[in-house]
Amino acid sequence: MSSSNLLSITTFIYGAAAFFYIANLVFKKPLLGRLGTWTALFGVAGNVAGFIMRWVESYRLGIGHAPISNMYESLVFFSGTIIIIYLVVEKQYQNRIMGAFATPIAFLTMAYASMSPNINDSIQPLVPALKSNWLIAHVFTCFLGYAAFAVAFGMSLMYLFKQREVKGKSSLLARFPKSQVLDELNHQMVMFGFLFLSIGIITGAVWANSAWGSYWSWDPKETWSLITWFVYATLLHARMVRGWYGKRIAYLSIIGFMAVLFTYFGVNLLPGLHSYGSV
Amino acid sequence: MSVKLTVVLLLSIAGTSILGTIVPQNEDPAAYLRAYGEFVYRLFDVLGIFDMYHSWWFQFLLLLLTINIVVCSIDRISATWKIVFVKNPSFNLSRFRNLSQKETFAENHPPNTLEKIYKPIVSKYFGYTKVEQTGRGLCIFAEKWRWTRLGVYTVHLSVILLLLGGLMGLHFGFEGFVNIPEGEKVDSIQIRNTGEIHHLGFEIQCEDFNVSFYNNGAPKEYRSRLTIIEKDKPVYQKDIIVNDPLRYKGVNIFQSSYGKMPSNSTFKKKTPAMDPSGEITLNFANRKSGASYRIKTILGKPVDLPEGFGKFVIVEYIKGAEFRGQNIGEAYKGILTPADGNPLDVLLPLHFPNFDRMRKGALVISVADQKTEAFDFDERSDQQYYTGLQVTKDPGVWLVYAGFIMMIIGCYITFFMSHQRVCVEIIKGKAKTRVVVTGTANKNKMGMQQRVKKLSDKLANL
Repeated sequence: MSSSNLLSITTFIYGAAAFFYIANLVFKKPLLGRLGTWTALFGVAGNVAGFIMRWVESYRLGIGHAPISNMYESLVFFSGTIIIIYLVVEKQYQNRIMGAFATPIAFLTMAYASMSPNINDSIQPLVPALKSNWLIAHVFTCFLGYAAFAVAFGMSLMYLFKQREVKGKSSLLARFPKSQVLDELNHQMVMFGFLFLSIGIITGAVWANSAWGSYWSWDPKETWSLITWFVYATLLHARMVRGWYGKRIAYLSIIGFMAVLFTYFGVNLLPGLHSYGSV
Repeated sequence: MSVKLTVVLLLSIAGTSILGTIVPQNEDPAAYLRAYGEFVYRLFDVLGIFDMYHSWWFQFLLLLLTINIVVCSIDRISATWKIVFVKNPSFNLSRFRNLSQKETFAENHPPNTLEKIYKPIVSKYFGYTKVEQTGRGLCIFAEKWRWTRLGVYTVHLSVILLLLGGLMGLHFGFEGFVNIPEGEKVDSIQIRNTGEIHHLGFEIQCEDFNVSFYNNGAPKEYRSRLTIIEKDKPVYQKDIIVNDPLRYKGVNIFQSSYGKMPSNSTFKKKTPAMDPSGEITLNFANRKSGASYRIKTILGKPVDLPEGFGKFVIVEYIKGAEFRGQNIGEAYKGILTPADGNPLDVLLPLHFPNFDRMRKGALVISVADQKTEAFDFDERSDQQYYTGLQVTKDPGVWLVYAGFIMMIIGCYITFFMSHQRVCVEIIKGKAKTRVVVTGTANKNKMGMQQRVKKLSDKLANL
């Protein structure tokens, strides 16, 4: 079995995990939640195995490189990271409701990678510009950041839903974590993501300086990553200095994630140096 | 000058930056004129949109942001400074008593015995400890990481370093490019965007340029062998590839592009064109055994291959054959029909006898008796190239790198470390002694509650 096949299967496992988590939210059966966790764990094992297999396969083809060099590979890495971060949060906070918001993001990402006709899942050799040790550091840190922002986005959506809860009325929303917990988690995830986005931008800048002789050249991807950084910097200042919390932070987190998505996908529509990410 | 203004500035820089990603930067004016029309072109030109990240108003926004960060930081740091650099940290018992989250348990020992047991443990987790007597027993106060309150200023300072470094690069550095044909040298480059000529003070000679490709045709490596010549003496030599530049006297030389020198086909000069209707001698070599056979044929006449390999026929003579976009000179095109397989096209360039090895077939076919030279397709070609070099100097780069390191450390401190204080109050009761553990932190209060609970559990289960 090739890594692409295994990763396609992983897509369905993530789909099943998302289904179980959502069913758990709707039908309030703890068994469904546990099934969700186990399925997600199983899926992440497939995801990691597929990632490693792909790495090995690239060496068999004589063009060995870490499988993070194009859109397909980055999407696979992205969804794996989202699930891992989510599972850590689930363990820490002992709450499976959040799974209904985090796992669908990973599932959709994987599904897009596996099914979209625009995305080529073949292993390609590295073009000269990508042959650098900075590749791994840059892509790993960026996507850790992106994944944390994705989870924060899920928390923000939950927070906003939670606000519609009517006290005393038994509803789905009563089973959500407390607003305060969601708010704090959102903030924690944003801080984690911000640190890694910063490291990602920095490693990218150092790499650019060693490859092109300029650490910053305002190409659209660079600029958009900076815009994303500014949005989250605004969120952090609003929180730490102005004491914003709750709804306003949730909205900022959502805007931030939109900027992440544009940095990731939208920029490929614009011309620039980062064109490797588009194929 | 306030945080509000900082946020407004951050968002306006973010907002205006979008424009520069939509409008391509630093293109030819004619291209802009075509794309936007006269009016919009003039408007954008006046506003500096075509090089907006270097325009006066964008730089002004950056400057404002810097000033704002500095002012806000100075404004706040004096208060923080007083908190951080205090000789004997004092603890306010009533503040701890007022905390809503408390961990309480009971013990049989009297307060003084408990103090002796607890103090080393609290000290182990929190470092600085201080014991105070209270009306009804005693209190062990402890705290750690007071200095982390300065973390945020580290981040702000790092941003200022980045901007200073950027400014230094802008004013004392340069970014240019130069194309050097193989075997030639230059002593000046052209500055990007302005087009000015800049003299380097030394010469760069391109000894050799090679480009190699993967089997799928994608570029694998661009390599230039460069020699630095100072006062007519070669002082340094290095092969540069895309991620491995040459650095000399603060000037960095990067592999950036390449191209072919305009020239007449070099092949024509070396060997006169074949008479395509004449007799052709083909060489067939068994890749495994090495056995080789020579067979004479003419265009269009199929020959039976040795060792039962099937049939081969030459169908076409091409004067200027192309392979992956490169002219490889004269070639024959043939069709190989293996005994047990589908026919396939085989290209036989006259100047590259090993060309067919790339096909990785069992039989290597070539045209015999051609005046050819050793040629490894991936490595060399008779085509003369020029190498395109990016040449930069940036004296501000060390400031920027220092800023990078500071920013990472600063962010870590600011986000994940906090000034933590705990209070273990030991209250003398009638039969038992009551222990109350409370704690606060300036950040991540939820995490602090977990740590307080952990400490309390530890003390209760001694």
